[in-house]
Amino acid sequence: MTSAKTIILQNGRIIDPAAGLDCSGDIWLRDGAIVAAQPDIPDGSEIFDLQGKWIVPGLIDMHVHLREPGEEYKETVESGTRAAAAGGFTAVACMPNTSPVNDCASVTRLILEAAAKQGLARVYPVGAISLGSKGKGLAEYGELKDAGAVAVTDDGLPVLDSQLMRRAMEYAGSHGLLVMSHSEEISLSRNGSMNEGVVSTRLGLRGIPVAAEAIMVYREIALAELTGQRTHIAHVSTAAAAELIRQAKARGVKLTAETTPHYFTLTEEAVADYNTNAKMNPPLRTEDDRQAIIKGLQDGTFDAIATDHAPHSVLEKELEFDRAANGIIGLETSLALSLALVREGLIDVVRMVELMSVAPARILNVPGGSLAEGSVADVTVIDPEREFVFTEESIFSKGKNSPFLDWKLQGKAVLTIMDGRITHDELS
Amino acid sequence: MNRDYRFEHKHILGIEQLSAADIFHILDIAVSFKEISNRPIKKVPTLKGKTIINFFFEPSTRTRLSFEIAAKRMSADTFNIAASTSSATKGETLIDTARNLQAMNPDIIIIRHGSSGAPGLLTRHVGASIINAGDGTHEHPSQALLDTMTVREHKGEIEGLTIAIVGDIAHSRVAHSDILAFTKLGAEVRVAGPATFMPPMVESLGARVCSSVAEAVTDADVVMALRIQKERQDDPLIPSLREYAQFYGINRALLTKYAKPDALIMHPGPINRGVEMNPDVADGTGSVILEQVTNGVAVRMALLYLVMGQEGAE
Repeated sequence: MTSAKTIILQNGRIIDPAAGLDCSGDIWLRDGAIVAAQPDIPDGSEIFDLQGKWIVPGLIDMHVHLREPGEEYKETVESGTRAAAAGGFTAVACMPNTSPVNDCASVTRLILEAAAKQGLARVYPVGAISLGSKGKGLAEYGELKDAGAVAVTDDGLPVLDSQLMRRAMEYAGSHGLLVMSHSEEISLSRNGSMNEGVVSTRLGLRGIPVAAEAIMVYREIALAELTGQRTHIAHVSTAAAAELIRQAKARGVKLTAETTPHYFTLTEEAVADYNTNAKMNPPLRTEDDRQAIIKGLQDGTFDAIATDHAPHSVLEKELEFDRAANGIIGLETSLALSLALVREGLIDVVRMVELMSVAPARILNVPGGSLAEGSVADVTVIDPEREFVFTEESIFSKGKNSPFLDWKLQGKAVLTIMDGRITHDELS
Repeated sequence: MNRDYRFEHKHILGIEQLSAADIFHILDIAVSFKEISNRPIKKVPTLKGKTIINFFFEPSTRTRLSFEIAAKRMSADTFNIAASTSSATKGETLIDTARNLQAMNPDIIIIRHGSSGAPGLLTRHVGASIINAGDGTHEHPSQALLDTMTVREHKGEIEGLTIAIVGDIAHSRVAHSDILAFTKLGAEVRVAGPATFMPPMVESLGARVCSSVAEAVTDADVVMALRIQKERQDDPLIPSLREYAQFYGINRALLTKYAKPDALIMHPGPINRGVEMNPDVADGTGSVILEQVTNGVAVRMALLYLVMGQEGAE
C-alpha cells in the first residue's frame, strides 16, 4: 500500500474516451498517478493480468446521498464509499440534505474528514443553495467552495423562489460553483407518490404529473439564459424535460443534465403492488419516457449517468406506500444496468464511459475521467461477462432499498483503484 | 355454476383480483344468506369460535356496523378498534400494530385505512385473512359487491346494462370498485362530473367518460351519485357546492327526461341531500339506497364465509 509501489494492469482492453483510445494494452500506476510504461518492471510491483477485462477511468457518480452527518443509521461516508468502490466508483458527489444541512464550511469539512479517514473514494460535497435548504437566503458559497464543495443544490427540494434561484446562479458563478437543480413544481406534485397516469389511477395513488418536472426544467433553462451561468439539471425522468434540454442546448444555453439507471431501466409498472422500493422522486414514468431517456443518452442531451443513490432503512420503507420515503440505492447496480444498454447496442462502451466518468469529471471540474499519463491513478476494471444476483446480503450500502433486488445482472467492477490504492478487488 | 369452480381467495383486497365467476359466486352465497337476516333468531353457527377484528383507521358508521352485524349473525366473536383508540396515535407503525394483533391469533382482520394499498401491506405481515373495507382512493370491494347484488336483484342480469356514475370519481374508492365490478360483469359504465373529479386516464379502468350528466344518464338502467367530499384546501376541485348541485346534481326532471323509466337510483351514502342528489330522487321511485344497506350485510356474511373456507389454501 505504499505509494512507491507500482501497479501494472496488463493485457486489458483500454477504453479512454478523453484520448480517443479503445485498444488492448497496459496501464501503469505509481505515486497516485498514471505513468508511462517502463522497459523493466520494478521490484515489488503488483501485476494484474486483465485478459478479457476492460480498463476504464474511475467511474464518478455525481449524485449520491451519504446521509452523514445526521442519518448514520441509513448510511455513513464509510458505508457509502465502500458501496461506491464495490460498484466501480472512485469518486462521488454527495448531496447536502443531511442533518444539519451542508450549508456551511464546517459541515463540508466534516464530510471531507470522514472521507479522508476511509480513503475508499474521493468525496465531493455539494453545498446547499439556500440556508438550511429552506429556500430563503443564500448559503455562503465562497466559504463552501474554499472548504471543498464543488457545486450547490437544494436537492430533495426545489428552489421555489425564482429570484432566489437567479441570484444563486449569479453568485455561484462568481465563486466558480456549479448550480444543480432538483426540478419540481411542488404545487403540482404535492402529496403525489408516483407518476400520474394509468398505474396511479389503478392503484388509487395521488400522481405526480410530467408537467411538475417540465415546468421547473423550463424555468431553470430560462434563468440559465438570463444569467449566462452554467446550470446542471439533476435526475431527469421525463421525455418532456429531455426535449426542453435538447432544444436549450441546441441554442447554446450552458446546460448539462444527468439521468439515472432507474429511469432508463424501469417504468411506473414497477410500482404495481405498492412496492416502496420503486418509490422515488421524480417517480418512474412510462415506457415512452424511458425510451426518450435512452434517446437522450444517445444524442448527447444527457451528459452523465448518476444514481441518486438514496439509502433508507426499513423504518422509512416498510410503510404504507404514500407514507414511505422517496429514494432507492444505486451505487452497486449502476454499472451493470448501464452495461445492459451497451449489450443491447443502444449506446457503445465509449459513450458509457463518457457518461459515467469523463463528463462527470468535466462538469464538476474535478480530477479523473482520463487514463492519460499524469492523470490521477483512478481506474476501474470491468469484467463485462461476470454475472451476479443482486441479493440483499451482497449489498455494501447500509440501505437495501432497491427495486433490483434479486435481479440477475451482468457486468461488474472487479478491481477499483483510487489514488493508486486498491479500494475493491474481486480479481484475486 | 361450473362444477370445477373453486373460490380461491384468502384475502379480499379489491375487485381487481376477482373474476366474473368469483363475483357471481359471492353474490349467490350472499343471496342464500340474505334470508338469515329476516329470521326471528338472526344467527347461524357457521363461524362460531372465529375471531374477527374490525380495524378502522378512518371514521365509518355504516361499513363497520355492517361488517360487525354480518360477523355476529355468523356467530363469530368480533372486536372493534378505531384509530383514535389504537396505538396508531402513539406512533406505532401499521405493521407493528398488525403483528401485535396477529399475536392474538385472529382469523380475519377487516381494515379500513386512508392509504391506498394498506390492506395488501398487511397480508405480507400477518397470517389472518384480510378484508379491505376501503383503502385510500383505491378500492372498496364489499361496497361494489353489494351494489352489483342490488342491481342483479332488480334487473335479473348485469350484462348489457348501462350504469351511470356521477360525481367525484377521482377520490372515490367506491367508484373505482364499481367500475371494475360492473364492467367485469358485462355492463357499460359511464362516468360524469367536472374534469377535476376525473382520475387521469379513467378510461383505462374500463369506464366511458361523458361530457355531461345528461349524456351519462341517457337511457341508463342505473344512476349512481357519489358523495361530494368537503372542498379541499390544498386542491380546489369545485368552486362551490351550490354550483355543483346546479350542474351535476341528480334531480327528478333530469331523470324523467333522459334515463329509462325504470332506472334504479343508487348512492353509497351518506347523502348530501340537495347537493349530489335531490331528496325527491333519493326517496322516490326507483331508489334502492336502503336495499343497498340491507344487501351489504348479506354480501359481507358471504365474504367472511368464503375467506374462512380458504384456510390452509395458501
